[in-house]
Amino acid sequence: MNTSAIAPTQEWPGPDSQADQIVDPPRYGRWFAVLAVATALAWVAFQLLTNPGFQWEIVFRYMLSPSVLTGIAMTIQLTLLVMLMGVVIGVVVALMRMSRDPLLNMCAHGFVWFFRGTPVLVQLVFWYNLAALFPEIGLGIPFGGPKFIEIPATVAISSFTAAMLGLGLNEGAYMAEIIRAGLLSVDNGQTEASKALGHKPFQTFRVVVLPQAMKAIVPPTGNQFIGMLKFTSIASVVALHELMHSVETIYNRTFETMPLLIVAALWYLIMVSILSVAQYFIERHYLKGWQAEVVQPQLQP
Amino acid sequence: MTKPVSITPDIAAIIAPRVESTPLVQISNVWKKRGNNVVLKGVDMDVHHGKVVCLLGPSGAGKSTLLRCINAIELPDRGIIYIDGEAIGARREGARFIRLPEREISRQRADIGMVFQNFNLFPHLSVLENIIDAPIRVRGESKATATERAYELLERVGLANKAKSYPRHLSGGQQQRIAIARALAMRPKLMLFDEPTSALDPHLTDEVLDVMKGLAAAGMTMIVVTHEIHFARQVADIAAVMADGVIIEMGPSKDVLTRPSDPRTRKFLARSLQEDH
Ligand SMILES: Nc1ncnc2c1ncn2[C@@H]1O[C@H](COP(=O)(O)OP(=O)(O)OP(=O)(O)O)[C@@H](O)[C@H]1O
Ligand SMILES: [Mg+2]
Repeated sequence: MNTSAIAPTQEWPGPDSQADQIVDPPRYGRWFAVLAVATALAWVAFQLLTNPGFQWEIVFRYMLSPSVLTGIAMTIQLTLLVMLMGVVIGVVVALMRMSRDPLLNMCAHGFVWFFRGTPVLVQLVFWYNLAALFPEIGLGIPFGGPKFIEIPATVAISSFTAAMLGLGLNEGAYMAEIIRAGLLSVDNGQTEASKALGHKPFQTFRVVVLPQAMKAIVPPTGNQFIGMLKFTSIASVVALHELMHSVETIYNRTFETMPLLIVAALWYLIMVSILSVAQYFIERHYLKGWQAEVVQPQLQP
Repeated sequence: MTKPVSITPDIAAIIAPRVESTPLVQISNVWKKRGNNVVLKGVDMDVHHGKVVCLLGPSGAGKSTLLRCINAIELPDRGIIYIDGEAIGARREGARFIRLPEREISRQRADIGMVFQNFNLFPHLSVLENIIDAPIRVRGESKATATERAYELLERVGLANKAKSYPRHLSGGQQQRIAIARALAMRPKLMLFDEPTSALDPHLTDEVLDVMKGLAAAGMTMIVVTHEIHFARQVADIAAVMADGVIIEMGPSKDVLTRPSDPRTRKFLARSLQEDH
């Protein structure tokens, strides 16, 4: 071996280089798999286009109909508000559960226990029928003390409020556990380093712990968000006109069940796709510092 | 008849230290329990301005626990630690000490720098952001001032070209030097080091120890928990040896590290030096 002849070089080996390269072995199995998947897709496409049962012209007629669009607006509005409520409650309850104060801890435990433990359907109906239990809703001192504000429950609880309270409180209980898991995933040394720098408790949470916890919080929250988008259809039991309820109303009248269900499915698919893209970008943001370093090409002078 | 006393230089030399003689750190009779385990059993120690104290002792002696108490990451169960005469984590009310609210304790911690064994840089922030965050958020410095000072400190630890990197992309020695720069950015009165080099291999150890030597030479008051006996001999003014939650021996480092009086210290030193070679 002639080692003295090696000249140091910064360039990549050219095509005539002597340096060996490891290449992948041929993968014949992959070609069969591609063929099988392509055949299956072709069959699905053929069915979709030629099977008259799908009634595409009816699907397209209803896709942008006002009552479907109102339903979508309601679904989006409810999902956003419920998730907002869920996240806010979730953060508060998670922090309560992680605090050393036994009273806070017990209250948080009780909240999660109750709202995770009872069916959402029952909770929704309960809120909707609150007027039957408590004809008057007000603020005051209980057990016969003076009342400060008072409104009839039938006015206070609309079907939207009932849906929001039922779904939101329930979501809060689930989000609390997701957020707690995220906060627990951050190494205790991070909190200590932050404290040692003189950060106040809220600064430690905001600047050091939460951004790192987000890495573990975002994927399951995306799941919850997408699940909630579809789960809002349960609000039809309290007569809320969200997407599913509005297509039901139409096909109960026209009996065009299949095409209208496809309308709903397509819209859910579109909304979920948008959420998935948003989730991708949020995840990427919180992975900053964890990815492999992006090597800047070094310019030689 | 009293003759006026003229103060000769040698008398001045005796008087002068007395003027500054309130120690920067006063640890008075500190006890700490962990579960049923009594980890600190009445620790007393004073550290004067500008001194470097090396804290040595076998594993489990309570060295880390003592540092964490000095920085109020935990509070002692009995006894008080004073920094510059101010009780840490408590306020005096007559004969009693009342626990301070967490925000007040944060203010006290800001004046004490701490460097950890496993660096604890914030992985989601760049090196520069790691350094400037606390000066801006806690001290209220402007971003420009903080950034300028961050670059000065990075220069001092020899890493000015790494400002934009993320901690994960640096070697252990580099991370520890950044952690030191981050602590220094707060202009602390006191620096605590908890085994700053024990997660590093020998070559990287030296680059961190060099930074610490520079800091000691610049007059920083430091308490260093370390197993580096050579470093302690070279840099420390005082060596304190802990075992089983008490300080068993403390004095000028030359004496303690070469002619220890306690047999436990002798045994500990012999073992540490053996490991070194
Ligand atoms: N979180 C904890 N819970 C219970 N006991 C603990 C905990 N951390 C430490 N201890 C105990 O406290 C004692 C002192 O621990 P400490 O970490 O202060 O020792 P050390 O002198 O720093 O040791 P080392 O050189 O290994 O770092 C040990 O006996 C240890 O087992
Ligand atoms: Mg330790």
